[in-house]
Amino acid sequence: MNKIVKKEVLSQNVVKLEVEAPLIAKSRKAGHFVIVKLGKYGERIPLTIAGADTNKGTIDLVIQNVGKSSKKICELNEGDFITDLVGPLGKATHIENFGTVVCACGGVGTAPMLPIIEAMKKAGNKVITVQAARTKELIILEDEIKKYSDEVVIMTDDGSYGNKGLVTNGIEDVINREKVDLCVTIGPAVMMKFVSLLTQKYNIPTVASLNTIMVDGTGMCGACRVTVGGKTKFVCVDGPEFDAHQVDFDEMMMRLNSYKDFE
Amino acid sequence: MAINTEYLKAQRNEPWREELRKSTKNKERADIPRVKMPELNAEYRSKNYEEVNLGLSLDQALLEAKRCLDCPDPQCMTGCPVEINIPKFIKNIERNEILEAAKTLKETSALPAVCGRVCPQEKQCESKCIHLKMKKEAVAIGYLERFASDYERESGSISVPELAKSNGIKIAVVGSGPAGLSFAGDMAKYGYDVTVFEALHEIGGVLKYGIPEFRLPNDIVDVEIDILQKMGVKFITNCIVGKTISYEDLQEEGFKAIFVASGAGLPNFMNIPGENLSGVLSSNEYLTRVNLMSANKEESDTPVFFGKNVAVVGGGNTAMDSVRTARRLGAEKAMIVYRRSEEEMPARLEEVKHAKEEGVIFMNLNNPIEYIGDDKGRVKQMVVQKMELGEPDASGRRKPVEILGATETIDVDMVVVAIGVSPNPLIPSAFEGLNVSKWGTIIVNQDTLQTDLPDVFAGGDIVRGGATVILAMGDGRKAAAAMHKALTEK
Ligand SMILES: Cc1cc2nc3c(=O)[nH]c(=O)nc-3n(C[C@H](O)[C@H](O)[C@H](O)COP(=O)(O)OP(=O)(O)OC[C@H]3O[C@@H](n4cnc5c(N)ncnc54)[C@H](O)[C@@H]3O)c2cc1C
Ligand SMILES: Cc1cc2nc3c(=O)[nH]c(=O)nc-3n(C[C@H](O)[C@H](O)[C@H](O)COP(=O)(O)OP(=O)(O)OC[C@H]3O[C@@H](n4cnc5c(N)ncnc54)[C@H](O)[C@@H]3O)c2cc1C
Ligand code: SF4
Ligand code: FES
Repeated sequence: MNKIVKKEVLSQNVVKLEVEAPLIAKSRKAGHFVIVKLGKYGERIPLTIAGADTNKGTIDLVIQNVGKSSKKICELNEGDFITDLVGPLGKATHIENFGTVVCACGGVGTAPMLPIIEAMKKAGNKVITVQAARTKELIILEDEIKKYSDEVVIMTDDGSYGNKGLVTNGIEDVINREKVDLCVTIGPAVMMKFVSLLTQKYNIPTVASLNTIMVDGTGMCGACRVTVGGKTKFVCVDGPEFDAHQVDFDEMMMRLNSYKDFE
Repeated sequence: MAINTEYLKAQRNEPWREELRKSTKNKERADIPRVKMPELNAEYRSKNYEEVNLGLSLDQALLEAKRCLDCPDPQCMTGCPVEINIPKFIKNIERNEILEAAKTLKETSALPAVCGRVCPQEKQCESKCIHLKMKKEAVAIGYLERFASDYERESGSISVPELAKSNGIKIAVVGSGPAGLSFAGDMAKYGYDVTVFEALHEIGGVLKYGIPEFRLPNDIVDVEIDILQKMGVKFITNCIVGKTISYEDLQEEGFKAIFVASGAGLPNFMNIPGENLSGVLSSNEYLTRVNLMSANKEESDTPVFFGKNVAVVGGGNTAMDSVRTARRLGAEKAMIVYRRSEEEMPARLEEVKHAKEEGVIFMNLNNPIEYIGDDKGRVKQMVVQKMELGEPDASGRRKPVEILGATETIDVDMVVVAIGVSPNPLIPSAFEGLNVSKWGTIIVNQDTLQTDLPDVFAGGDIVRGGATVILAMGDGRKAAAAMHKALTEK
């Protein structure tokens, strides 16, 4: 049982929870995630650790309400408990001084990008963050991102905030302007697919953080498998981050819809 | 583990045993036909999750116990990995001292109600029974074991084993499957302060997430866990050793030794085209969704596929559990696809029989080579290669060989891959200095189960690869004895 000590609503569909989990707060690194389960009959769902405070022994979770289980978590309040929480899971992000790093995030993918932005900056990189959303109201965590980014480019589909256009337009502008050594992308699968296609064109190494369906998160079930470079990988233990140019995004999207008819 | 023959002899010479032996002639005993386990009607049970085997009645048990000849040199015991004192518990049933029988079981087994249900008895204890030499059916040791422990549980007077005086030494256990549980029980008996760390939100390992309730109800496992808790064993769920807490953390927190029982949780796939289509899943995913997450129940948030035409690839217990689960979730056609013949299937005979009764179709000598999807990426067909039996291989089994050009395409809307598991790599990669074999199993001293790290012992599937419940439990006991020795000699 893990207590929620703070709740913040970031946008109409996204909340941030600060949850007591001292052991996880101590051992987590950028890129790690947890599995959360609510109640006896709750589903096990993966959520990235968006931040942590080792003194307070808390971790931050940022959750987008997309379906039944995420909605239940979004509805929790300060003082409530999460029945089961396990982590940190997955491999930590590979951090080093690459030079210039573009962090391309969309939707709730912005939250898991936060610790990566921070770690990349601290490792001496120039960090340019491109954050995209459909419309102004869906842009989240802007201040937090600014703190560690050398530059933040905001893109909205409808032009209601920042620049009008897709995340790829924002990245391409940067590429045309200066040398980019690495691109990291987190967001919906389609978004990551198009980011990957773009950076491949420019030969820029790219890392994508994949969000597949998971059950255990420890390599036991194989629900999270994806094809990377022609080989089957388990996102929960081999990832969640992979060389984006090697990922079969079409297969991944198809598998994400696997259980749609059965819920 | 050497059986102390002196002790066995002394027990066998007790007056009540002698009297019992004399009361009925061996010929008469041997002529009693083996009991049949009452079970639910196949048509009825294939639509629900009720336990299939109903257990013996007292009368049945008393009669079956009479079949046992109380051999002077009981071979059945050599077939049991934990050397249950089989004649003693059976003779206690014969004289209607069922609680005594249950106590006898507990002398060497931490989970008799579990083993009585899931042990492959025909390959273990019962395979050595004297009756087989006389061309009769073996004594139903497993059924009697189940009877005695169920009787004790239902009597409401479950005995909590006696504990040695607490010595305050902290011991950590990684994993709460049968190996971890039996180790914890024995160490608690020796007086240690035992904490079991479990990665999942439930205690029990494969007993909970793998083996379905129609074979092993979760309540049965919980009763055993309850007893361990009463013995002072602490359980911490949702805690992954090597991730949430490290080896070094455990040492810092004062754990003097660690038993690794993390199992073989990694599903194998065949790496054939189409295997990542949606609708193709591992048995672990399928069984976990249903058994651990209750996905078959309305109240559960976890979804599961409800295939109409389900193929399960493999011939072991996991395959039988998956295919029977598919039937229960409404599959009209549930098939076992296995590349060898039926004689070579590793599953327990009883489960094969039950599966057949429940309408499962067996497609032996067929090996999947490709899955074909529809335009949405869902599996709709599988191509199988027809096989025949060739020359015997090194293992003595006749090797399945392809019949050139003979393939068949079968309509399926769900495929469960149940071709085995590999050792979970998490612990070996998180414990520096822990050596593993080329199969990824942890290397241990066969006598003590000690690893190359002196304070770390290991047992169960992480050492053996996918094995059995009772072997895992045997390892737990062996490691406990060896660790206790190592710690007291220090
Ligand atoms: C490593 C990892 C880290 C993640 N981190 C976060 C995070 O920090 N914040 C956050 O809000 N979400 C995160 N996700 C996604 C989150 O787990 C899913 O949104 C959640 O499981 C959906 O559950 P649901 O029952 O609410 O939705 P469902 O009703 O199951 O599904 C709603 C829709 O979401 C899709 N979907 C289902 N499961 C997933 C999934 N695992 N990922 C993406 N789409 C899915 C379905 O296809 C469906 O269209 C992460 C996923 C992974 C694998
Ligand atoms: C579907 C199925 C049916 C079976 N049927 C039979 C049968 O009929 N008869 C029979 O004898 N055998 C059967 N078996 C095999 C038997 O279940 C196993 O051999 C046995 O469970 C192995 O026990 P174990 O204690 O080694 O590991 P497990 O039971 O696998 O338990 C390991 C536990 O460790 C946990 N764990 C792993 N890593 C960590 C970590 N780092 N930190 C904390 N916890 C961790 C896991 O979550 C798990 O709970 C079956 C297996 C399956 C999958
Ligand atoms: S534990 Fe298993 S092998 Fe041992 S006697 Fe019981 S059924 Fe037979
Ligand atoms: S979530 Fe089960 S193997 Fe990755």
